[in-house]
Amino acid sequence: MTDTHTPAPTTASASSEPPPKARPPKRKSMYPMWFYAPAGVIYTALFVVPTFASFYFSLTRWTIFDSEFIGLDNFRTFFSEPYLFDSLVNTIIYAVVTSAAKVVIGLLLAVFLSSQIIARGYLRSVIFFPTLVSAVGVGVTFSVLMDPFDGLINNLLAKVGIDGPGWITDPDMALLSVAAVDIWRGVGIATLIYIAGIVAIPQEYFEAARVDGANAFRNFWHITLPLMKPATATVIILSLIGGLRSFDLIWTMTKGGPGFSSDVLASVVYKQYQAGFYGLSTAGNVVLFLLVAAIVIPLFWFLNRKQVEQ
Amino acid sequence: MTFRNRRMAFPAMLAVSAIGLAACSSGGEEGPAASASGDTAEPVELSMLIDNGELTIGIAEALVAAYEEANPNVTIDIEQRPGGTEGDNVVKTRLQTGDMSDIFIYNAGSLFQALAPGQTLTPLDDIENYDAVSDTFKAGVTVDGAAYGVPAGTAMGGGVMYNIPLYEELGLEVPTTWDEFMSNNAAIAEAKPDVAPVVQTYGETWTSQLFVLADFGNVIAADPEWADKYTANEVKYADGPPAINGFQHLQDVADAGYLNEDFPTAGVPDGMRMVALGEGAHYPMLTFAFTELQNNTPDNVNDVGLFAMPGDSGESPLTSWLSSSFYIPASSEHADAAKDFLSWVATPEACDVQTEAVGAQGPYFVDGCTLPDEVPQMIADMLPYFDAGNTAPALEFLSPVKGPALENIMVEVGSGIRGAEDAAAYYDEDVKKQAQQLGLEGW
Amino acid sequence: MSSATGISKANRAYSRIGGLVAIVVTAVVFLVPFAFIFLTASKDRAEASMLQFSWPTQWAFFENLQEVFEHRDGIIITAFINSTLLTVGSIAIMVILSAMVGYVLQRRKSKWNPLINFLVLAGLIVPPAVVPTIWVMQALGIYKTLHGLIFIEVAFGMSFCILMFRAFVASIPRELDEAAIMDGAGPVRLFFRVIFPLLRSVIVTVIVVQAVTVFNDFQNPLYFLPGDDGATLQVVLYALQGQFSTQWNLMFMNILVIMVPMLIMYVFFNRQIVAGMTSGAVKG
Repeated sequence: MTDTHTPAPTTASASSEPPPKARPPKRKSMYPMWFYAPAGVIYTALFVVPTFASFYFSLTRWTIFDSEFIGLDNFRTFFSEPYLFDSLVNTIIYAVVTSAAKVVIGLLLAVFLSSQIIARGYLRSVIFFPTLVSAVGVGVTFSVLMDPFDGLINNLLAKVGIDGPGWITDPDMALLSVAAVDIWRGVGIATLIYIAGIVAIPQEYFEAARVDGANAFRNFWHITLPLMKPATATVIILSLIGGLRSFDLIWTMTKGGPGFSSDVLASVVYKQYQAGFYGLSTAGNVVLFLLVAAIVIPLFWFLNRKQVEQ
Repeated sequence: MTFRNRRMAFPAMLAVSAIGLAACSSGGEEGPAASASGDTAEPVELSMLIDNGELTIGIAEALVAAYEEANPNVTIDIEQRPGGTEGDNVVKTRLQTGDMSDIFIYNAGSLFQALAPGQTLTPLDDIENYDAVSDTFKAGVTVDGAAYGVPAGTAMGGGVMYNIPLYEELGLEVPTTWDEFMSNNAAIAEAKPDVAPVVQTYGETWTSQLFVLADFGNVIAADPEWADKYTANEVKYADGPPAINGFQHLQDVADAGYLNEDFPTAGVPDGMRMVALGEGAHYPMLTFAFTELQNNTPDNVNDVGLFAMPGDSGESPLTSWLSSSFYIPASSEHADAAKDFLSWVATPEACDVQTEAVGAQGPYFVDGCTLPDEVPQMIADMLPYFDAGNTAPALEFLSPVKGPALENIMVEVGSGIRGAEDAAAYYDEDVKKQAQQLGLEGW
Repeated sequence: MSSATGISKANRAYSRIGGLVAIVVTAVVFLVPFAFIFLTASKDRAEASMLQFSWPTQWAFFENLQEVFEHRDGIIITAFINSTLLTVGSIAIMVILSAMVGYVLQRRKSKWNPLINFLVLAGLIVPPAVVPTIWVMQALGIYKTLHGLIFIEVAFGMSFCILMFRAFVASIPRELDEAAIMDGAGPVRLFFRVIFPLLRSVIVTVIVVQAVTVFNDFQNPLYFLPGDDGATLQVVLYALQGQFSTQWNLMFMNILVIMVPMLIMYVFFNRQIVAGMTSGAVKG
């Protein structure tokens, strides 16, 4: 993270360099524009064009064979059918819950894991490893563990006399249960980002605080926390982007069910695609696009500006 | 998987109880295996695309093996595709791009119509044994007077599976009306607290639709024009009985607490096990789930019976589904060899090959095909409906209108999230999208 | 370090107790699920169906392994090959093309830079539009092909790589470029002979991070490579979820098999993976 701050100044000084130095007579740049071409072609064809096309197709009724322009009907459908609209609400809940939890748990774990305890390396590895397991693998495993009838979690709870809930079968819990698994899987990254931030805090700060007689809690509150703003920005942005687009885990664990209770935008897009409603599916994509843009871009600005001010 | 897929229907299809089958009738022409044996010794390699359902695989592999043995110059490579809507896309795309295998298996009825058969498929009217294919089936694979399919497998019924020993023990009668069904449930719940009167399996969400789809026989018995009016947007499920009954019935059993405790996570294998071993009394299902019995509880195969979804009248027809069909794409370079194979499939000999491979699953759509004298109880219970002509085609063969969210809505009803009326109204909304997508009049 | 001994004693106690508590808690929260996967994968069918967290009474590890590989004529092996081709192919393309972009983007000031920076950032944030992408792929004739999916992974993964490369190129002194130019190197030689080798450490990071991403990807193969033949490991695992619902030993053996490549990567490239994943911080 630290080295990512370097590019800006270097670039600036580099670009201000050429004029005074007498350039060799060669007119052609040593950094040819065509270096952009291969990447640009792939990116344009498979990302830029579809993204722009989606704005048009979201206004159509679209089959494999042809499309018919129907104005804003798809969006009207989207916002009038409760389960489609609920998926929008669920998406926001899911993204906010997972991001918030990753910030809080990640920060606490990071503080703990950067203090003087034994087996730090082991603990960091263990917490990080789930990140590397595919969402499908994690999803299948947890849908077994969370099975309300013979799942391990409820079996264990039963042993201590608790009647475990229907984690992914209770409509009020399903979305949050999936979110919990998402947190389990992703908190490792947040933790490591925070650890990198904490390690970078100059020790003098803590030395000075100790002279003032500050305790651990005050250290955390007055030194660590304020200095963690850049790391927090990173964690929030990363997990919001991930959370808003989340599909794999939800689809393997609940398929949006029971009923529609854990449907999010990405799963609705897939369902409408499966049903052959390509226009409506694309409208869902556009809604997702607007939602991500509306949440992430201002946040990006806001958090980045704050950082610069720091 | 199976019929979520067959969402659309087939308006041209005949009246109620049209599925009169060649079932147990014998006689008919000789199944000429001889004609199949190649007139040419040229080696031919055919490709065949099938869905990955266990039953389809069993049937296709057995037919291919038998045919290859009789025709050593022909080899047929089987390729599998996923089922469900994903499979629909595979088939449509490959047909569209001219990349389809020489032979493929796909649904009859309106899913077939959605393939634009006139442009993409080869008519099969001219194949040698085509007369042997029943008119009922032909109606499901005909467009503009040309027929395009040869049946793969047997007819399928959708009704209520029940545990026979339990009925005998408690002295219950097979119910003919919904009220009788509910009083049976009450009796079971009282006498056997451990037994779930009604089994639901929302681990596989499509199974939730049976209460509505298998009730269609009752709907159309009450109003023979219902399907046409439905397609024309003149009637809706939320209008009230008879159409709404399917929704209401599920709510009734759920409200009464008759469902198995693990209904949110159980799957079809669990459901069939429960009804086979008497852990559950009733399980609304399609007869194709019979293979689960054969595989998992072979000792209890004959403990499971079948009756039509009971309605108000007492004469409920059995709602039935056409089998899938073999087709040849217009793009096939080996159409003649493929036709020869399909001609052989439409013979009693090929039916026997299928019966041997996967057991008797139901009546065949080919003249002269017979079932063994000893058929499993569930299939035996199905045949009288066919013999008496007391069957009704499923809605998907009469109307192209079927919304994709029915299974989720029914899960909500069964789980107590949503009431029947609300659910029916909701489903009517869902269906509108499909109708508009198809460009139907009146939506 | 010359602090009172009282504090350091307390610290040592904290270190021990805190560490032990943490070990126990993480073991329960993070290791039990993995142990469960392993143990269930080692049981026979009947015992696995109980879904207990227990030691297998009868080890059937290798039988299960064999059965998983033989399932459906070795579809797992096909999927393994496909996933490998997909991962290797897309990363090779991604690394070279993004390095070229990141390099020029950092070195050359042009009026296009803001636009390119914007596009790169958009690639990181904007969710791809699914059906229109299929539409384009169909028009190009690469829908439902492995190479089509490779290009998809390249297109969707490039932004991250470009940002990594751009940041790293900034740390390479321009004097090196100048020297190479003096020696008569052209743009291509300058990049591939001089700059590219210097990017080695960041290339390793990019490779491991993208390998994890692409290998574990489920959504893109599901959309852009539907069908049975071209399935990747994740899609096959997902499909087996339905088929193996009564054979949990095989299901979990599958998960185990799919986890192994990631485990090996983690053992060898621990530091690069951590560095790469946490540098999601790269920003504009």
